[in-house]
Amino acid sequence: MPPVLGVSGLTKVFGAREQEALRLAGEGLGRDEILRRTGATLAVHDVSFAVERGELFVVMGLSGSGKSTLVRLLNRLIEPSAGTVEVEGRDLRALDDAQLRAVRNEKISMVFQHFALMPHRTVRENAAYALKVRGASAAEQRERADWALETVGLLERAGARPAELSGGMRQRVGLARALAADSEVLLMDEPFSALDPLIRRDMQDLLEQLQSELSKTIVFITHDLNEAMRLGDRILMLKDGRPVQLGTGPEIISAPADDYVADFTSDVDRTRVLTAGDLLREPRLTARLGDAPGDVLRALGVAEANGAYVLGEDGRVAGVARDDLLARALQEGRSALGPRELVPDYATIGADRPVVEFVHLVGRHAVPLGVVDDDGRLLGVVPRAAVLDALSAVPVRGRRS
Amino acid sequence: MIPHIPLGQWVSDLIDWLLDTVPWLFDAVSAVMQVLVNGLTDALVSPPPVLWIVVFAALALLLRGPWLALYTVLAFLLVVSLELWVETMQTLALVLVAAVIATAVAVPIGILAARHRAVSVIVRPVLDFMQTTPVFVYLIPAVFFFGVGVVPGVVATILFAIPPGVRLTELGIRQVDREVVEAAQAFGARPGQVLREVQLPLALPSIMAGVNQVIMLALSMVVTAGLLGAAGLGAVVVRAVTQLDVGSGFEGGLAVVLLAVFLDRLTAAFGHPTALSRLVRARGRRVPSGAATAAREPASVGERQPA
Ligand SMILES: Nc1ncnc2c1ncn2[C@@H]1O[C@H](COP(=O)(O)OP(=O)(O)OP(=O)(O)O)[C@@H](O)[C@H]1O
Ligand SMILES: [Mg+2]
Repeated sequence: MPPVLGVSGLTKVFGAREQEALRLAGEGLGRDEILRRTGATLAVHDVSFAVERGELFVVMGLSGSGKSTLVRLLNRLIEPSAGTVEVEGRDLRALDDAQLRAVRNEKISMVFQHFALMPHRTVRENAAYALKVRGASAAEQRERADWALETVGLLERAGARPAELSGGMRQRVGLARALAADSEVLLMDEPFSALDPLIRRDMQDLLEQLQSELSKTIVFITHDLNEAMRLGDRILMLKDGRPVQLGTGPEIISAPADDYVADFTSDVDRTRVLTAGDLLREPRLTARLGDAPGDVLRALGVAEANGAYVLGEDGRVAGVARDDLLARALQEGRSALGPRELVPDYATIGADRPVVEFVHLVGRHAVPLGVVDDDGRLLGVVPRAAVLDALSAVPVRGRRS
Repeated sequence: MIPHIPLGQWVSDLIDWLLDTVPWLFDAVSAVMQVLVNGLTDALVSPPPVLWIVVFAALALLLRGPWLALYTVLAFLLVVSLELWVETMQTLALVLVAAVIATAVAVPIGILAARHRAVSVIVRPVLDFMQTTPVFVYLIPAVFFFGVGVVPGVVATILFAIPPGVRLTELGIRQVDREVVEAAQAFGARPGQVLREVQLPLALPSIMAGVNQVIMLALSMVVTAGLLGAAGLGAVVVRAVTQLDVGSGFEGGLAVVLLAVFLDRLTAAFGHPTALSRLVRARGRRVPSGAATAAREPASVGERQPA
């Protein structure tokens, strides 16, 4: 199956002498040089990516890096100079005007930085706009708009006009307008940038919650890497219209492709971005219930460790076998590890938890912090050194993961 | 020696040619205008003045408030006592017909100019030309085409009043928040829908300011129209000037000013957020769902109004 949104070689040149600018761009010339030679602006050059259903894909970059242009190429509000955009396998550039309008109305919704609400209409009428354009009945418009407003927690203000609402509330209306359309793809151009930090956080929470319920395919533009890290499944870094790195947040943090990306990552709070899963190591040694205490003690000696996780039949953590207890078991002649040899001298954490939530647990026990899945099965461990390394390390530049 | 270019000859040849080729066009235009102005004048003049004064005052009250209503009553009573009611109504009819036609021409051109660069580029110098050409230059062809009387006055007035209507319409539409227009497009609206549902409503204050300008310019042409033989206050003033009658000249001029202030304040209300939001609010109350918030609304809207 094709991805919900597929972009390939997408390029936009503003200005006359487009072909010449494209040729120069193809030769690798930078935006400034192309502007100087042709007077045309290379806003976006050769961007390719695919977004799967349910993914929240973030595009990041400094001001002028082409983010707004890119997102508008995705619904052809701006006509591409080259490249293709496919929505559920349909090439947008092959559509005539009427077909394009239908796709915009039914398949792709957009949320704007400054909300872009119609001031002369009520909140409900704004939320119902896509349905009105679609020619839906008044009852259906109302029903969908009210559902969407309820979803964003704004139903009781449905009769108000946008001017009466605070910024955060207005963007909730913007979100409701996009949700009411019930389209698969959501384009969001810096939707929370104009909001106060606290409100922004609320809106991010709301979006995460909506996304977990509705699983839209989202392209989210931001210039705030903390926001990108928090929301994004994957992040595309743009610089002067060109893609410089594509990866998950932790990938980008731990191996920024160049100085431009590294500058962004330097002010990211790593303890909130990196998760237990990112720092996960294969445990040096694990034992099973029923293993011989002597074998385990010998292995501990080789591994220079004081203890090991003991797993049950199902792979769940049964406890920890510590060297002193193993020695006593040997003296007392017990031949298989059982509950009496185990101590609860360990701590575990879910793979998706950020460092900030477990940093206090690291290095406190005979064994490293255990990382477990939802069923309590051991996935790996996080040694203290790995945490310290991840938080302090100046990232190795130029290394791509 | 620089050769003489017979530009004036060409223009008068063109006018002759037009008169020869499409005389029916001018006759038709002439007849329509005559009917419009005469019909409106009759409607304004036949009932007793009190009736119309009440209507004008009610309009003033609705759009602006009690002070303009009071002014309206006093001003028109003064006009009646000066025995200039009929002339004032003739002038009002001429101004309204000219303003409506000028607006009907100007707004669509303004819309086109806002939407198509090429139209804007062509229209702009034409408007400059129309605005800077001395009024009397229009009058000559107007008289040629339409003879003397009310029609050439109306036509010259229309030509004179169109430019600000076009300009303010174009400006108003261009100033509409680009993101809001994009939003409508992004949800699949057709170009016509974007125009009707976003651009025109949001440009309305500017367009209405244009209409106000159109009316004011039309009024400023009243005396000129009187010169061409249109009945009304212009004729009163022209007669006073030719007879060196300072007194009746002053009275006629005063009536023009009273009418101008009334029309200006009234139509300025359209482009003003006060009147606009009041209308909007009145409409919002009729919608049952809006009723809950209507009580809160005046405070928040009121705070934002410029003084
Ligand atoms: N309509 C246009 N005509 C000409 N140049 C344009 C146009 N729109 C954008 N550009 C140029 O293209 C480049 C990218 O602009 P764009 O708005 O996409 O950047 P951005 O990343 O969204 O920036 P910001 O963070 O400021 O919103 C800029 O150099 C801009 O000047
Ligand atoms: Mg932008």
